[in-house]
Amino acid sequence: MDQFLQQMVNGISLGSIYALIALGYTMVYGIIKLINFAHGDVYMIGAYVGFAATTYARLGFIPALVISMISCAVLGIVIEKVAYKPLRHSSRIAVLITAIGVSLLLEYVMMFFVGAEVRSYPKVLSDAAINLGSVRVSMQQIYIIVTAIALMVLLQFIVHKTKTGKAMRAVSIDSDAAQLMGIRVDKTISFTFAIGSAFAGAAGVLVGIYYNSIDPLMGVMPGLKAFVAAVFGGIGSIPGAMIGGLSIGIMETMVSGYGNSMYRDAAVFAFLIIILIFKPAGLLGKNTREKV
Amino acid sequence: MKKTLILLLVMIMVIGSFTACGGKKDAGNGGDAATEVKIGINYELTGAVATYGEASVDGILMAFDEINAAGGINGMKIVPVKVDNKSDAAEATALATRLMTQEGVVASLGPATSGNFMATIPVAMSSKVPVISASATADEGVTVDAKGNVNDYVFRLCFNDSFQGVTMANFAANNLSAKTAVIIQDNSSDYAKGLAKNFKETFTAAGGTIVAEEGYVAKDKDFNAILTSIKGKQFDVIFLPGYYQEAGLIIKQARDLGIAQPVLGADGFDSPVLLELAGAAALNDVYFSNHYSSLDQDPMVQDFIAAFKEKYGSDPNAFHALGYDLGKYIADAISRAGSTDPTAIKDALASTKDFAGVTGTFSMGQDHNPIKSIVVIGLENGVQTTSVKVDPK
Repeated sequence: MDQFLQQMVNGISLGSIYALIALGYTMVYGIIKLINFAHGDVYMIGAYVGFAATTYARLGFIPALVISMISCAVLGIVIEKVAYKPLRHSSRIAVLITAIGVSLLLEYVMMFFVGAEVRSYPKVLSDAAINLGSVRVSMQQIYIIVTAIALMVLLQFIVHKTKTGKAMRAVSIDSDAAQLMGIRVDKTISFTFAIGSAFAGAAGVLVGIYYNSIDPLMGVMPGLKAFVAAVFGGIGSIPGAMIGGLSIGIMETMVSGYGNSMYRDAAVFAFLIIILIFKPAGLLGKNTREKV
Repeated sequence: MKKTLILLLVMIMVIGSFTACGGKKDAGNGGDAATEVKIGINYELTGAVATYGEASVDGILMAFDEINAAGGINGMKIVPVKVDNKSDAAEATALATRLMTQEGVVASLGPATSGNFMATIPVAMSSKVPVISASATADEGVTVDAKGNVNDYVFRLCFNDSFQGVTMANFAANNLSAKTAVIIQDNSSDYAKGLAKNFKETFTAAGGTIVAEEGYVAKDKDFNAILTSIKGKQFDVIFLPGYYQEAGLIIKQARDLGIAQPVLGADGFDSPVLLELAGAAALNDVYFSNHYSSLDQDPMVQDFIAAFKEKYGSDPNAFHALGYDLGKYIADAISRAGSTDPTAIKDALASTKDFAGVTGTFSMGQDHNPIKSIVVIGLENGVQTTSVKVDPK
């Protein structure tokens, strides 16, 4: 039982990170029906910005997190303006290919500047741990979970209580009608990219501190897993992305902990296939017909 | 019409490239061979295992500089032809071909890791140019092929994995009095799998039990799940064959979870990045087998360390030392061969006796594996504090 609880703590920590990245996928998809494959690399850039802030500027956790989120938000807007906006009325496949191109560009430009070697974060958070019975929760895990919850609450507030949130919801339902109602669609889309990218940046800093290891290709696998999480939860749905992220994190941990860690990724993707067969729109997705 | 034109163009290009290769080869091997000797350096200078490649090349170039400063090999200057295989096996093969057929090297050094080195073997065998690695430790498929025949043109000057796995199992059983062990292996590398196999065989033969075997793949970052599951088990040591990038994270996460048992590894641990990733506090009771220890008081080793520090401003690690020995070893063979003919050099490499290097004195064995000793290094707060030398049986 203790071991099970310990595995749950591990799974929730990992899942919170997936959830933070998955939110960006789901929001961007929800609003312009684009699978932003560069999203995992925005997360990688976020980790490097956090690395620079903590190593060279010697900042603490919170300032590093904020700087990273702001930088990634700006990066998200730039990517959208440069790479996606000119193609907004092109075919779906053109935008998808561009997204893959942006992803590779970010990875290899970063590799050019910082090298391919892994780097380690300075110790920003203590290694202390709290023992609840025989379950051990490290401070880093607490920070990950608390930060993730705080950001998700903030997102719920933005989407449901602010004017911009209302505009986002309107654009996601029907962008032409929203425009007719006086909503500035371009600005709303930029804002969505900014929030999604900021969340990915936060996840990057958290991962850097938690695992103490970053490299230019670190975004590939978590990006893919977070995409799976978003699809699993129902792409386009914000609560779906959170649930999807946590489920994938916990599932991975349980498969490694009780089964064989070699089957971890296979199990995740197999489960995704099963969900999609029986519930094609994902767990919380709307059952609308959609050609991708 | 268009198709035939394209076909014609392709054919011209193919034929053109063949003749270009042939032509250059003659120029490289003949020409001014009397005043200089070209040696290929095919290493991982970027990519996942770049630290191994860079360190080896620093060592090799240091040896070459010393030899050239002292008048070269029989009056010939060594001209290194350095290429970057990007830690990629396909790239390593392509570059080996270029070095041997276009650049006209008399021998090629590297790559550093077994997989990349193996990728260059077929090229070496067909071009009849010796390839030597100082750190390709895989058991199978390196100097001896699948049928048990020695690959004539392939050499290494490090011990192989079975020796490392066996040594660490004996070290666990004898020096640490371990009765039970957990193996956490990198399933994406032949190196780790070979080590794990030999550790398991020797450890169980000595009366020990393997309590659990876990696996991971390169680039994984989260090991909490497997570590939590082994935490619930009773065991004396963890055997962790793998590279420093994951090993550093595994050791840190294990210590964070309260797993305090000794961790054993092999030469894949030897990188300053291990300390960065794990942190000094986690690196206690960590032991790994290695080619060389800076704690060795042999004057040759201490002189090398002093000279290296002067040249590069930092302490050498095992890959620097192996690279340095590799540079000296190939020069020694060319000088004894008295010729720059790759086949004569191959024979000289094979007949090496009592070559004194920084990583130990060795003679080349029948199967082109050197017969040399191994050291087991112990870490305390991330610093190498103990070293035990183990001789081959």
